[in-house]
Amino acid sequence: MRERLEALKAEAEQAIQGAKDLETLKQLRVKYLGKKGELTAVLRGMGELSAEERPVIGKLANDIRQTLERILDEKESALEAAAMEARLKEETIDVTLPGVPRPLGSLHPLTAVIQQVENIFIGMGFEVAEGPEVEKDWYNFEALNMPKDHPARDMQDSFYITREILLRTQTSPVQVRTLQAKEGKVPVRMICPGKVYRRDDDDATHSHQFTQIEGLVVDRGVSMSELKGTLLAFAKRMFGEDYEFRFRPSYFPFTEPSMEMDMSCMACGGEGCRICKETGWIEILGAGMVHPNVLEKSGYNAERYTGFAFGMGVERIAMLKYGIDDIRYFYTNDLRVLRQFQSV
Amino acid sequence: MLVSYEWLNEYVDLEGLTPEDVAHALTQSGVAVDVIYTRDTGIRNVVVGKVLSTEPHPQADRLKVCLVDVGKDEPLNIVCGAANVAEGQLVPVALEGASLPGGVTIKRTKLRGVESQGMICSAKELGFPDKVLSKHQREGIMVLPDEVEIGTDVRTVLGMHDQVLELDLTPNRSDCLSMIGVAYEVAAVLDREVRLPEPEALEPTGDEIRVDIMVESEEDCPLYAAQVVDNLKVGPSPQWMQNRLISAGIRPVNNIVDITNYVMIECGQPLHAFDLDKLSNGGRIVVRRARNGETIETLDGVTRACDEETLLITDGSKPIGIAGVMGGANSEVSEKTTRVLLEAAFFSPPIIRRTSRKLGLRSEASNRFEKAVDPERIIPALQRAVELLTLYAGGRVVSRVTTERVGDIDELTVSLRHERLTHVLGVKLKEKQVLDIFRRLRFPVEVKDGVYHVQVPTRRPDIAIEVDLIEEVARLYGYDNIPPTLPWGQQSPGGLTREQLLVRVIRNTLRTLGMHEVITYSLTSPELGSEIASINQAGQPIRVAMPMSEERSVLRTSLLPHLIETASYNLKRQQERVAIFEIGKTFHTHEKKLTDLPEERWELAGLLAGKSVPTNWRQPSSSSDFYASKGVLEALFTRLGIHNVEYRAVQPVGFHPGRTAEIVVDGRVIGILGQLHPQVAQQYDLGPTMVCQLDLEAIFAVAQTDVHFEPPSRHPAVTRDLALVVDQDLLVGKVEKEIKKAAGEWLESVTLFDVFTGEQIGEGKKSVAYSLVYRAKDRTLTDEEVNRVHQAVIDHLAATCGAQLRQ
Repeated sequence: MRERLEALKAEAEQAIQGAKDLETLKQLRVKYLGKKGELTAVLRGMGELSAEERPVIGKLANDIRQTLERILDEKESALEAAAMEARLKEETIDVTLPGVPRPLGSLHPLTAVIQQVENIFIGMGFEVAEGPEVEKDWYNFEALNMPKDHPARDMQDSFYITREILLRTQTSPVQVRTLQAKEGKVPVRMICPGKVYRRDDDDATHSHQFTQIEGLVVDRGVSMSELKGTLLAFAKRMFGEDYEFRFRPSYFPFTEPSMEMDMSCMACGGEGCRICKETGWIEILGAGMVHPNVLEKSGYNAERYTGFAFGMGVERIAMLKYGIDDIRYFYTNDLRVLRQFQSV
Repeated sequence: MLVSYEWLNEYVDLEGLTPEDVAHALTQSGVAVDVIYTRDTGIRNVVVGKVLSTEPHPQADRLKVCLVDVGKDEPLNIVCGAANVAEGQLVPVALEGASLPGGVTIKRTKLRGVESQGMICSAKELGFPDKVLSKHQREGIMVLPDEVEIGTDVRTVLGMHDQVLELDLTPNRSDCLSMIGVAYEVAAVLDREVRLPEPEALEPTGDEIRVDIMVESEEDCPLYAAQVVDNLKVGPSPQWMQNRLISAGIRPVNNIVDITNYVMIECGQPLHAFDLDKLSNGGRIVVRRARNGETIETLDGVTRACDEETLLITDGSKPIGIAGVMGGANSEVSEKTTRVLLEAAFFSPPIIRRTSRKLGLRSEASNRFEKAVDPERIIPALQRAVELLTLYAGGRVVSRVTTERVGDIDELTVSLRHERLTHVLGVKLKEKQVLDIFRRLRFPVEVKDGVYHVQVPTRRPDIAIEVDLIEEVARLYGYDNIPPTLPWGQQSPGGLTREQLLVRVIRNTLRTLGMHEVITYSLTSPELGSEIASINQAGQPIRVAMPMSEERSVLRTSLLPHLIETASYNLKRQQERVAIFEIGKTFHTHEKKLTDLPEERWELAGLLAGKSVPTNWRQPSSSSDFYASKGVLEALFTRLGIHNVEYRAVQPVGFHPGRTAEIVVDGRVIGILGQLHPQVAQQYDLGPTMVCQLDLEAIFAVAQTDVHFEPPSRHPAVTRDLALVVDQDLLVGKVEKEIKKAAGEWLESVTLFDVFTGEQIGEGKKSVAYSLVYRAKDRTLTDEEVNRVHQAVIDHLAATCGAQLRQ
């Protein structure tokens, strides 16, 4: 009997080691160790053994069962691992293939710049105001200290609809509208982005429609020193700390004193180049202390209150910031241009 | 204004300064210098030569062989093609090895077999712009005046070492339209001395001609002065004067004209010389408004029609000039002129501005008159011109300076409070500093109790009120010296309004959904897109009075036409997928002629054309269609918290009659979504094109971005599918509506997952399949409960939609 058991063990071991897949292994487990399996069959003859032999053979049979179970388990793990490996190999893909496209759109570069400027001034306590694009002559010119015979206004330069109504040539009329709406209350801190129109032929640097951002602060004791402080804070946030800024006297009918703000040229770093006309400086905005006539016309006592105002061209800022050399790109809306602003 | 540095030096001490120093100082104090340029644009080795003889070229009819003395041992042999070259002339000669502007170098060469040892130059070859050259000078070689020395560098003769500052003047600084004005400014900015010409009043020595001036209206011409000079000999003006005029951008003509121009640039006072022999009544001048229909032929040979707005200079019989704008041809100075009546006046700036605009005649003179000339400098300018006529044109004074002065020149005193100055600038100056600034400006001033009483010179008409003086102090103190501070005072919160925030949300949502924002023009053509319906159609387009083109003549009433053009533009440039939107205003009125501002409405318009997704290897290519666009809108509405959106089939003009819906929320139409009519699309070279238009004001009214949190149910859901057969033309929207009506509060969601037609469904029928999810908030639903509700849905659909369960 011992011989038969030993033979069975040897046969089973060989069969298990030779199994190629999990199914075969499962059958072998049944064949040798199952209830109707061969080991059980051999043990059925135990009754014929002597009382001395029975525990010895019984132990041997038990050892063989344990050994076979162990190598069956080992083989199973090995086969499972191999199967997993095969599956993973089969499932391998080309990770360099592109993903399923989720096309992203973009904000128009002018919108992007307007939002950046708005955010900076909102942080300084400004509100965002709006005004009509079709405007009365009174708001666009007269209330801004430009009476009918003023040299700086020219019928030829504006799109008039009637003698008294025109497409606004600047966002400055919103200064007057805002002050009127505030009815003499302070503080007034607003910026106003918007479209403006002038009778210019469209070319690389001119557009009959363009965009301005106006700013206005009115309060007691507002000074030029605060105007400079506000504009510098804005410009450093907008363009970064690497640039230098300077202020020059200038002229606008609705501010006095008036100024222009220059930034060291982005293209040449102030060395002088074609873009800055060899001066090293680029003009970025106009500003000044609100002219007393404008305050009075808007219902504010110019002795009690002072204010400052500023205005900038959004196209100009965008051209400087993104290195765009032709203003017409903003209005042709070529997708090859717009897609470049997906990350803005 | 072009400022010759050499000329400027005559009126202000520039010792130790460079043109760059002066330009920088001027720019920083408010008179911007655009560029500085040198008249010499690259001339080397060009000298004065004398033409000793000219012989015809043996081989070429149009060439001459000249023998030219350039101050060397041997005269040079030079071949010249100019028609005007003649023996005895002094001419600029480019020697062998010379350079000319534009990088030209002169070599010894053979021209048709004859050796040429240099080149006789034209003014153009020396870099003179056409503007300052006469026709005669543009065509031939340059002839130099007799007094120059042979062999001299021509740059010295022609004043080419001079540098020119180009000023970009703001409209308030008309005082800097003269050399003297600029000199005052430079003197103030750099604290230098001014040196002004001091002409004498010349009196007639012999016979006297009476000048008799009559001015009709004192407002039109408060001051008119004249003086007569005879014995004149017309000829070229001295070279130095011509050089300075050229630096100022003015073309030399003859000594009389040049002198009037020279004095205009020097003093800022335009002068006019009338040929006295062409005037009908001797020295009689009448200044009056023109009569309607009166005409005058001006110097440029054009006959001008005048009206009552035109101010004329007449000789008492006929008009002889349009005041301040242009002289008449009938009194023009010619080569035969020997006697002139010289005019210097103050004309009303608005009249000159209107007349010059109306006639399209804008000149150096009108530019100065329309900004108001300095009344104190009118007589000195006249005296200066007379002085120069005696010096450089042989003139003899035969009349006194005759003046018709109507009204006085007001002396203006403006007060400045020191306290106000501190307040506006935000910086404390000392009284001494302020006084020093007024000293530099040469403004007489008295201080009393902290108030400066400043006498404003007539040359500065821009200064009228206190704040003007504050600006003067600030700009001379230096803007860069004012310290920056941040505004103090009452703080305000700042921020965006609800509507402004919603617009940002819309933009950001659409860009995330793959749409590109565009900005197009507000001005459009009345025809473009007029065949396409729009959500705001009432009224008529608003036309601008003087459009620059018909294409940009009316204000848009819809955003769609330019969006469609943009799509067409991009598809023509091989862009496979166009997904764009614009947020902007449209303009509406019911008035035929505007008396009040039109209505401006904020709209959103979107367009999809071409492919719905970019070409890729995973998905089949598909075109943008109605449902692709609707999906974008549905996502946008979800982001804006707008629910209960209904789509009602409509058939507006310009749209596909079977593929267009109006969008309705709470019974209000807020927009339109549809496919462009194929005929319309074809006109713009477009394939299937989806457009939508939303009224933003309506969106603002229904948007609801606040969240009211509801805890999710902890109980399991039961999902039941429902496959129905309905009539093919039944709108699916109705089925869904009825499902919701019948299912009650347990229905968590209903999703349409399949729609198809086919033989197995039957003629005129379609199959629609839904997945319904039932769930109660407070307990687990039993099968029986769900079955009961689900059966109720089925029965309701059979009754309301004629729906049969699909077998």
